[in-house]
Amino acid sequence: MAGANNTNGAQGVFGSSIRRREDPELITGQAKYTDDLQLSGMVYCTILRSPYAHARIRSIDASQAEALDGVLGVFTAKDIEESGIPGAIPVGWLLPDMKIPEHYMLVKDTTRYVGDGVAIVVAEDQYTAHDALELIWVDYDPLDGVADPHKATVEGAPLVHEEAPGNIAFDWEIGDQEKTDAAFANAAHIASLDIVNNRLIPNAMEPRAALADYNSITGELILYMTTQNPHIHRLLMSLASLGLPEHKIRVIAPEVGGGFGSKIHHYADEALSAWASMQVGRPVKWTATRTETYLTDAHGRDHVTHGELALDAEGRFIGLRVDTYAAMGAYLSTFAPAVPTYLYGTLMSGEYDLPAIYCHVYGVFTHTVPVDAYRGAGRPEATFVVERLVDEAARVSGIDPAEIRRRNFIAPDNFPYATQVALEYDSGNYAGTLDKALATIGYDDFRKEQAAARERGQHLGIGLSAYIEACGLAPSAVVGSLGAQAGQWESAVVRVHATGKVTVYSGCSGHGQGHETTFAQIVASALGVPYEDIDVIEGDSGVMPHGWGTYGSRSAATGGSAIASAAQKVVDKARTIAAHLLEASEEDLAFEDGQFFVKGSPDQTQSLPDVALQAYLAHNLPKGIEPALEATSFYDPANFVFPFGTHIAIVEICSRTGHVTLQRYLAVDDVGNVINPMIVDGQVHGGIAQGVGQSLYETAVYDESANLLSGTMLDYAVPKAHFLPSFETDRTVTPCPHNPLGVKGVGEAGTIASPAAVVNAVVDALSPFGVTHIDMPVTPEKVWNAMHS
Amino acid sequence: MYPSKFDYHRPSSVQEAVQILSANPEAKVLAGGHSLVPVMKLRLATPTALVDIGRIEELQGIGRANGSLRIGACVTYHEIANSDVVREAAPLLAEAAGQIGDRQVRYRGTIGGNLSHADPASDLPAAALALDATLHVSGPNGSRSVGASDFFVDLMMTALQLDEILTAVEIPAAQAGSGSAYVKFEHPASGYALCGAAAVVTRTADGSCASASLCFNGVSATAVDAAAVASSLVGSDLSDAAIESAVNENLSIPDPTGDMFASAAYRQELAKTIGAQALCTARDRA
Repeated sequence: MAGANNTNGAQGVFGSSIRRREDPELITGQAKYTDDLQLSGMVYCTILRSPYAHARIRSIDASQAEALDGVLGVFTAKDIEESGIPGAIPVGWLLPDMKIPEHYMLVKDTTRYVGDGVAIVVAEDQYTAHDALELIWVDYDPLDGVADPHKATVEGAPLVHEEAPGNIAFDWEIGDQEKTDAAFANAAHIASLDIVNNRLIPNAMEPRAALADYNSITGELILYMTTQNPHIHRLLMSLASLGLPEHKIRVIAPEVGGGFGSKIHHYADEALSAWASMQVGRPVKWTATRTETYLTDAHGRDHVTHGELALDAEGRFIGLRVDTYAAMGAYLSTFAPAVPTYLYGTLMSGEYDLPAIYCHVYGVFTHTVPVDAYRGAGRPEATFVVERLVDEAARVSGIDPAEIRRRNFIAPDNFPYATQVALEYDSGNYAGTLDKALATIGYDDFRKEQAAARERGQHLGIGLSAYIEACGLAPSAVVGSLGAQAGQWESAVVRVHATGKVTVYSGCSGHGQGHETTFAQIVASALGVPYEDIDVIEGDSGVMPHGWGTYGSRSAATGGSAIASAAQKVVDKARTIAAHLLEASEEDLAFEDGQFFVKGSPDQTQSLPDVALQAYLAHNLPKGIEPALEATSFYDPANFVFPFGTHIAIVEICSRTGHVTLQRYLAVDDVGNVINPMIVDGQVHGGIAQGVGQSLYETAVYDESANLLSGTMLDYAVPKAHFLPSFETDRTVTPCPHNPLGVKGVGEAGTIASPAAVVNAVVDALSPFGVTHIDMPVTPEKVWNAMHS
Repeated sequence: MYPSKFDYHRPSSVQEAVQILSANPEAKVLAGGHSLVPVMKLRLATPTALVDIGRIEELQGIGRANGSLRIGACVTYHEIANSDVVREAAPLLAEAAGQIGDRQVRYRGTIGGNLSHADPASDLPAAALALDATLHVSGPNGSRSVGASDFFVDLMMTALQLDEILTAVEIPAAQAGSGSAYVKFEHPASGYALCGAAAVVTRTADGSCASASLCFNGVSATAVDAAAVASSLVGSDLSDAAIESAVNENLSIPDPTGDMFASAAYRQELAKTIGAQALCTARDRA
């Protein structure tokens, strides 16, 4: 292997592109995922799923399935009810006047989406468990269904839940309607767009899985599962689903192969596996088939929106008005209500000094799998609305898209900036990323090239997306006041062993982000201990203090800050011991490269390992100092973090086929201080790929009866490597002012920025044809129709 | 992703394979397995037995004799795409085979499996049609030969009987002065052809068109032979303009396919563009 792993100890570890220590195991197939685990006596669970989007169940006859050799049992909702557990799949974010229909672990009498769980089989092997599903006879009375979130609110639409008239789960608003309407009354120009934000299927490489091992003697449940947040799952399993005491449940995340949000949520399937283990007294494994992934993993996006941006005669934005129908699907998933509200409406100011904003959102029940957080969660939808409207505003006002953005940016000396939609941006330099991006892409030259190409009948387009995201969610008291039934602080333990080696425990739960590498980099720099001497452990509720997991680009900003705080506590304690050993006062000590010494006398030192040994021996500790050397930190952030940037896409469109070729893609991001540039680039690349997927390829298609038509990888187009150009990335650095590392989040930046950049580029290319908007995914046929209509 | 129960047979001769198939109408032939096994895992196909012909010697091999190319049914896409013999005698087939799926698929999938499965969006049916391939078939009553134009009956239906096996594909070797091209516009999800055009043209000494052939994948229930386009080109100078007008005026796709990704109307337009592109490239290579 090339020398990139030679870290030369601790010096300069923070900020260097160390190769991910996770990768050798992953790429050689040695890593153990949930489905790889085998327990003695293990049996298998399969789940019978409704083939109808909406149906009443008249009866279920499982006698043939139960009689099949190797079947231990077939269970329905009735069996769960009789077992006396709570059996609920709860929603974890409450909005005022929100309708919260019952969501039980299995359907009691009415199915509400294709894939809704009807019964489970437990059998000795997977084949028998699948065979038995075909022997359960369910008498369904099919009912009308509706999948479109706007149509679902029209009078006469089939109701998903009787208690939610018009299928409205919640009616939410933010901003000042009166002030905004007044701004529009005085507008010189109004940009107006109808936008569909297409529904997406997450497609983590590893499907969801659970292996539950219940011990009826001790009453303990060990649940291995594909989770981004083991402690949240333990909490919800305990409180809402299984009713077991929290301390009797241990949730372990083995290697987890991607999530993108889909493994945050608390689904019925993992709870059913655990309950099944309690019933049959054996370990029970369930692994989703790819079909089940499509049918049951919470989908993303699915908005129908009307948006308007008002401008004065100088091209300054004076008001933004947004009206959105956001699909919730058939039930309210774990954090679903937050996504199109506090993660969406609050982002409507974008990077702009916008004096009046009003955003109104209907959360709508539809006969589809629930919709919840998917990479970016609300912020890609908001960015798409804002950045499409800004391009449309440029068109109606005749101002260049780059110039109109610059003219309306919040100025660098205007921070902290309180938006009209509840956020306080702490820092930013938006023109900085815009200027860098325009220079790198050669914006002025491109415009000349574009004009020349048009003369030749060639259609090139350029699209900007100047995005902001609010991530690293955020002071717990604030999110609590907004409806979260969770805290948003993070925990860390930094344990220095007697030999000076270090184990770090984090309440985050990585599933591809590279925490074992980056978190070790943080500690190596903080303690001056060689990177190689530090291990990072995550994802086991039985091992580390309570944490809230990995999602919302929070791990570096909250988990990393918790680790930095704990490491600082370790240094503080070590300093006290070192001062005692050096017979000096603490104030006189310096700490550099892992060595304590009296300032000006670097000859006599106590290294951190020296101090650790003394701390464990405890033969000679200062008065009042406890033995051992470790610290725990629970870090509650002071605010969100606010990464931002400018992304630029250049496309070429084939006028004969409508095919869009992404020629160049440039991302200039500002994610604050960077722990590992290679990992940040990787995160940006992956996010862009998924955002390009949304803009050009991906969409979940339901028919009029709410059947999922795009239910396999033959129909649902995940972007492939050869569809994408080599991405260009660059950065500016505006450190976060309120956390100890100055870091912000990066995991979602690519998906937030890129859909608008790509669609803006397509619309730019098609502008000679009078095209002002085109919905995602921008398929060849849509483009062809736009050019030939 | 767990198929229903099935028996597995691994005959060592075509004759033995046919016997098993004759005795068991619910059996299916397994070649590369890249179409059959996925549908079995989804339980969309539930054969009670698989007859694995992958190790039958007589179904292997690429040979050239008497002006024609003979390819055993179990020859893989990879072998076809990389065979010097095929590249010389039937470059169109090599080009089409090289565009199927991805590397893993090309190492396992076979020409016989592809043509017998008769997925109209796959890449080989149009090539077989355009090359006027002859398909050799063995059954309980011996062997017979079927022309490609009679082989593809309907969506995933061929002239094969349940107890027959496609054993080899025979293709007349490319003539001097001919050129061919396979141009594919792929579905971004499946990688199958939204529209794939296989073209062959032969030019006379003065450069005019002596003969032509243009066939399509992906646009209808079977591969489509656009014979009217081809015949209208004969005698033309094969200029871009001649090709475009031949395609625009004479291309008609019977019952064009429409789906959630691309409508029938769009596919017809696409066929004109892709078809013309294939013909132009074939001309340039002639």
